[in-house]
Amino acid sequence: MKIINFFKSFLLLDFLKAFYLAQKYFFRKKATINYPFEKGKLSPRFRGEHALRRYPSGEERCIGCKLCEAVCPAQAITIETQPRDDGTRRTLRYDIDMVKCIYCGLCEESCPVDAIVQGPNFEFTTETRKELYYTKEKLLENGDRWETVIAENLEADAKYR
Amino acid sequence: MINLVQTYFIEVMTIILYCLLIFVPLLLGVVMALYADRKIWAAVQKRRGPNVVGPYGLFQVPADGLKFIFKEIILPDGSDKTVFLIAPIITLALSIAAWAVVPVQAGVVLANINVGILYIFAISSLGVYGILMAGWSSNSKYPFFGALRSAAQMVSYEVSIGFVIITVLLCVGSLNLTEIVMAQKTMWFFIPLFPMFIVFFISALAETNRPPFDLPEAESELVAGYQTEYSGMPFVLFMFGEYINILLMCAMTTILFLGGWLPPIDIYPLNAVPGFVWFLLKVTFVFYLFAMVKAFVPRYRYDQLMRLGWKVFLPLSLFAVVATSSILFFFNLAPGM
Repeated sequence: MKIINFFKSFLLLDFLKAFYLAQKYFFRKKATINYPFEKGKLSPRFRGEHALRRYPSGEERCIGCKLCEAVCPAQAITIETQPRDDGTRRTLRYDIDMVKCIYCGLCEESCPVDAIVQGPNFEFTTETRKELYYTKEKLLENGDRWETVIAENLEADAKYR
Repeated sequence: MINLVQTYFIEVMTIILYCLLIFVPLLLGVVMALYADRKIWAAVQKRRGPNVVGPYGLFQVPADGLKFIFKEIILPDGSDKTVFLIAPIITLALSIAAWAVVPVQAGVVLANINVGILYIFAISSLGVYGILMAGWSSNSKYPFFGALRSAAQMVSYEVSIGFVIITVLLCVGSLNLTEIVMAQKTMWFFIPLFPMFIVFFISALAETNRPPFDLPEAESELVAGYQTEYSGMPFVLFMFGEYINILLMCAMTTILFLGGWLPPIDIYPLNAVPGFVWFLLKVTFVFYLFAMVKAFVPRYRYDQLMRLGWKVFLPLSLFAVVATSSILFFFNLAPGM
């Protein structure tokens, strides 16, 4: 046995085998993608950047129930509300501290009117911390920008909720 | 007087031209080698490697170099500043100097000296000094350990490389690199001296601190070995020196065992191709093997490295020297006898 092992190591059999294997993998299809130019497929459930949605009429969906604020485990959401002139309750402030946020998706789940959602966007890095303290304006703007995709995703995922 | 100045000027200009002739292709070679290294490594791991900067990521290496140029050169407080800065220069200068005697084609060589192989051997053993100086002058423990390891490793493997070269020299009867290549006209030496070819290849890996023998820069143990304290341009010089050394070892393997610039078979369409193309192809092939080894062999432990060097390669190459010379002697094959 010892002699066989000796010749095995002497003939570099292990290395030849490894070389063959490496050569085989060399021509395999790549496991990675050309990231900035092509992107991987995202699930409709993907929890990315937050957005506040509007009704088709342009009216904002959020009714200021503060369920998301209450459920948020990282306490990243701050809401202030006030009745509007027509008697409905609306938010004055809706801030999300994206630095605190852990992207758990509980806010989206707790929302009774599908106002706060987590969209498919995951490329929102900034150069300063300040830019990551999202305000209501920023969130609504996000909602307007991603509305088509968000609506599609919500519909695709609706039957599992 | 004017005549003298003129001849002097012309002479200096030719020398500078020669320097550029060797330096510019080497620089390009290093850039391509670095790129190929990363690409091959990536391909084996099913990754893509550099692919953003320039077409197919070709400009990644120049971009990295440019970045290093603009970086601050940090001089550690306790370091010996002079030695610290001289060390990378020595490494680079020595690795380039060795290329002066490497023939890329019949007659295309900067200095066709009679003891070319001895010269290369001498220069490459001086290469240890750059690393030792870097490790010592950094005045920090990891560089010091790295330098010690590197010195021990390079010295050990130089011994077996020396014996392997002697076996080749026995078959040639000359120390001139051009003649070594010409002696392979009928048969490349890697066929009759196959075990020596393998020993030389593995020793070359160890000699250039390539994985699996990159213990001097084993990042899991020594941060970056002797380069730990280096940044900016000095680091680039080390990097360049290292890769030029790797290319030199590839060229040496080509010259000693793979028939230098000679075509595989001496028939019409093959021998019409200029010699340096064959040389380049062979060097590329050897470098490919270097890069593949990096991709699939894990790093050796230090005692394993030493065992391989002293207990396996040294006896083996010593035996090969005796065996080769006996065969050559008894069958009257030795050239020049």
